[in-house]
Amino acid sequence: MTKPEMPKTPDSRPKVLAIASGGGHWVQLMRLRPAFADAAVTFVTVRPSYQSDVPGEDFRVIPDATRWNKFKLLLMAAKIFWIVATVRPDVVVSTGAAPGYFAIRFGKWFRARTCWIDSIANAEILSLSGQQIRPHASIVLTQWPHVAEASGVEFAGSVL
Amino acid sequence: MILVTVGYQMAFDRLVDAVDQWAAEHPDAEMFAQIGPSELRPKNMPFTAFMEPVEFTRRVEACSVLVAHAGMGSILTALQFGKPILVMPRHAARGETRNDHQIATSRRLGERPGIEVAMDETEIADKLDRLASLEAPPKISNVASPELIARLRGFVAGQG
Repeated sequence: MTKPEMPKTPDSRPKVLAIASGGGHWVQLMRLRPAFADAAVTFVTVRPSYQSDVPGEDFRVIPDATRWNKFKLLLMAAKIFWIVATVRPDVVVSTGAAPGYFAIRFGKWFRARTCWIDSIANAEILSLSGQQIRPHASIVLTQWPHVAEASGVEFAGSVL
Repeated sequence: MILVTVGYQMAFDRLVDAVDQWAAEHPDAEMFAQIGPSELRPKNMPFTAFMEPVEFTRRVEACSVLVAHAGMGSILTALQFGKPILVMPRHAARGETRNDHQIATSRRLGERPGIEVAMDETEIADKLDRLASLEAPPKISNVASPELIARLRGFVAGQG
């Protein structure tokens, strides 16, 4: 029996890679989801159990690491490179920290537009990762007007 | 039910110990603590090292108040469920975190209704005594501010 084949319509939606480490970074990323309504999203984070927050979505897990553990950081970077190279996102969005840094660096190599949203926890100065990614990201947003004023990065609202 | 949480990344014994001591003097208080990767064994309240997100959400829904490190995951979750939260910032100098952003978070967000701050363990007992009078904050929506969503949505759509 042959089924009539569905005409293949290429997905014309922009591909977004939305990536964050655990805890508050992930919670903040979840609060941005309405911004991805017209996109095909791949979520990337460090804890498998976060899948329950994005049921039915493309969800990838990477090793957890901070800048203090160089070996794990390398593993994390390698996995993120693989994901970026295979997903080929049009846009990379991150709320931090280390995973977002790598995803934006690699995303840029593949000509993705990239956005770093500094965590609302950084209420006095831009985070170290935010400062380091600034020359590489298409846009960097802080969630505090006074941090925007002092650092010269853009403020456009917050997750609250 | 008082729910104590320190996030999943690092222990925060200074907070857990102070709360445990208070619990010893308040045997009627119903408590549950999530203490992270710690050697500490609280004597006066049931505890666990980690909680999966689904269980954490369930416990937040059921609790009357949270006592937590000043991490954004804890704070945002409390606000999403309209629960008052008492936070104590981690200190980098004591090896409790890698920088002092939680102190900044506490100062800035401590001004919001429903968020109470104990700057250190000496303030915990006093603040715990007055928890009952802490007013529940209005529930926040589970998405970021319209301004931030619009900015990001435009960026994803290629509007720069």
